[in-house]
Amino acid sequence: MSQIPLLEEKFFQARIKEACQGGARLVNLFGLIEENTAIRVLAFLGYDDEDKLLLFSMRLSPDKPFFDSMTPDLLQAHLFEREIAEQFLVQLKGHPWLKPIRKPMTREPGFFRVKGEETHEVAVGPVHVGIIEPGHFRFQCHGEEILNLEIQLGYQHRGIENMMQEVSSERRVWLAESIAGDTVIGHGLAYCGAMESLSDCHVSPRAEALRAVALELERLANHAGDLGALSGDIGFLPAAAYFGRLRGEFLNLLMALTGNRYGRSFCRPGGVLFDMDSKMIDEFRRRLLKAQQEIRELSNLFFTKPSVLGRLENIGIVSSETVKQFGFVGPTARAAGCARDVRMDHAYGMYRFHQIPISLAENGDVYSRAMIRWLESQRSIDFLLELFARMPEGDLLRPPGPLKGRHLALSMVEGWRGEIVHVVVTDSNSKIARYKIKDPSFNNWMALTLAARGMQISDFPLCNKSFNLSYAGHDL
Amino acid sequence: MWQIIKNRIKQGCRTCRYPKEEPVFPERFRGRPVISHGVEAVDMGQCLFNEEAKRASSLGVFDYSTDYRMAVSKREDLILKGNELKLASALNKKMRKLFGRSLKLRAVCAGSCGGCDLEIQALGNVVFDLSRFGIQFVASPRHADGLMITGPVTQAMAEALMKTYEAVPDPKIVIALGACALSGGPFAGSPEVKNGVEGLIPVDLYIPGCPAHPFTILDGLLRLLGRLETNRKQLS
Repeated sequence: MSQIPLLEEKFFQARIKEACQGGARLVNLFGLIEENTAIRVLAFLGYDDEDKLLLFSMRLSPDKPFFDSMTPDLLQAHLFEREIAEQFLVQLKGHPWLKPIRKPMTREPGFFRVKGEETHEVAVGPVHVGIIEPGHFRFQCHGEEILNLEIQLGYQHRGIENMMQEVSSERRVWLAESIAGDTVIGHGLAYCGAMESLSDCHVSPRAEALRAVALELERLANHAGDLGALSGDIGFLPAAAYFGRLRGEFLNLLMALTGNRYGRSFCRPGGVLFDMDSKMIDEFRRRLLKAQQEIRELSNLFFTKPSVLGRLENIGIVSSETVKQFGFVGPTARAAGCARDVRMDHAYGMYRFHQIPISLAENGDVYSRAMIRWLESQRSIDFLLELFARMPEGDLLRPPGPLKGRHLALSMVEGWRGEIVHVVVTDSNSKIARYKIKDPSFNNWMALTLAARGMQISDFPLCNKSFNLSYAGHDL
Repeated sequence: MWQIIKNRIKQGCRTCRYPKEEPVFPERFRGRPVISHGVEAVDMGQCLFNEEAKRASSLGVFDYSTDYRMAVSKREDLILKGNELKLASALNKKMRKLFGRSLKLRAVCAGSCGGCDLEIQALGNVVFDLSRFGIQFVASPRHADGLMITGPVTQAMAEALMKTYEAVPDPKIVIALGACALSGGPFAGSPEVKNGVEGLIPVDLYIPGCPAHPFTILDGLLRLLGRLETNRKQLS
């Protein structure tokens, strides 16, 4: 911890802005309370092309709990800054829209409103249509056209970050698996990566390979589910039904491997809890080959119908400039032509040996995001089949030792939604002093706001599904 | 058009034969706990159905069976003593007459990770095809006969949950789904949550799991409505 560069506020901010102008990306920006009760703000900058991360920090003294907002010059800092202001009760000067992101709503500053004779407001949620998590959406409309959409979340806030600092190590992994129910493997792996790094534990190639199998199965299940949900939203029911079932096939593979449809109780610090014998590998290969053929047939059915294309194309556009400005990640970024993928940019685990090519699309519309899911599904199946042919050997689980004191570990995983980042800081007693979680939904909810602008209200469900963001992952 | 029809024929009927045929689960599936030795009781309401619990924990040592049937009518029935489980009983005659062949539910997620909600969604797919039993999820609590609640009930959702409950016309049924709704699950003890639905709203059906398998949910719903062969015999 003592080696982390500490800059003055002025230089800290200038450095971040300069780096981001030069093509870097704000991977994380968060605060922590030091042992001397001062607030330290840490910034992680990602240079994706060079596989490089930079870290520096600044300190806020308790008698001066305010700093200048970077958001007016650096849009991607907007939500990170709001989070710091909320978590540490610090004042931010010059932030254009400073309001709580997870705390229950208060009257001030309320919602952004459009006034005029022909305008109207639509409020939805927190309990809203469908079997879905709670959130509040406030649309400002002119007729059917959405002028602005403001998304207020926080209903799912369970206090996970604080709990991670307090509970036993055994409970921590269960919490990590419950950050977002559809990203059990992704967050589980990010947690395990951080713990292994803090205890100098090296996972065997076998365990790394099995982790990659689970992560790609999770991606396949969710991508198939999303394509089904998109089909359902445009009323193309045959594809909705088939993709929905296909999602179940991938979940059942995860269940055969881990005993749970979402992969709970699989990733543990030091390795994994279940192995695959040759019989299971053969069985998985057979089922994946079948799924590969089916997903190809279904995608041919889906992506070739003029009525489908007419409904998906040019809806909910998020351009590559917007992606860079706001720092969006995952399929949202790749659908707009931005090649961001942790598996390639900051390769970890099995992805150091078996690369998965990054799938890209151009337009950043709903069609592109759907297409990315199909492309990535194909890549994932190819990767798994290749991996099954040469599964490395090694221990399943190497129990990690105690955590090192006064250390910081950052762990990144490309979940199916995008980049998951866990940062863990330990104190001098080797206890966890700060556990910072960033789900890709945290970056990407803003993309939905921007995609919905100028669209019709009836396009909103479609835009929403094309991102399929996690409420729980954002709210923590 | 021809392509759609061709695909339709190729896909065939994928709906499972449940409840006529029992579903088959893989060997590793963690279903109803089986007490082996040295354990007095296992609270399935708190159980996260994780591997560690099986090995050693404050709960003692037990194993998991591949039995998916776990839904019960009373909170105390979730506490497994010995290896007998009192599965959910059917609603009374009047309620069965009202809801037995048509039940509309509103799902309320009150702070879950989203896992249980995904399994409710999965119930609607072609494999489980919930609507063939006359059970549907509806958009408005005003159209619903009851609630299916997931999540540990966060402080931020408590008010919305109560309002939704009040908006459902009487008589209504309440189903608590998943470890979080039953006991707070992994979030039990956090100041941000209320450790589940218990004490806030009267519950008619408790379905354990993390998340509960769609068959576990389906089994609970059908038992509640007196629609399974086994409990139909009990009723007559």
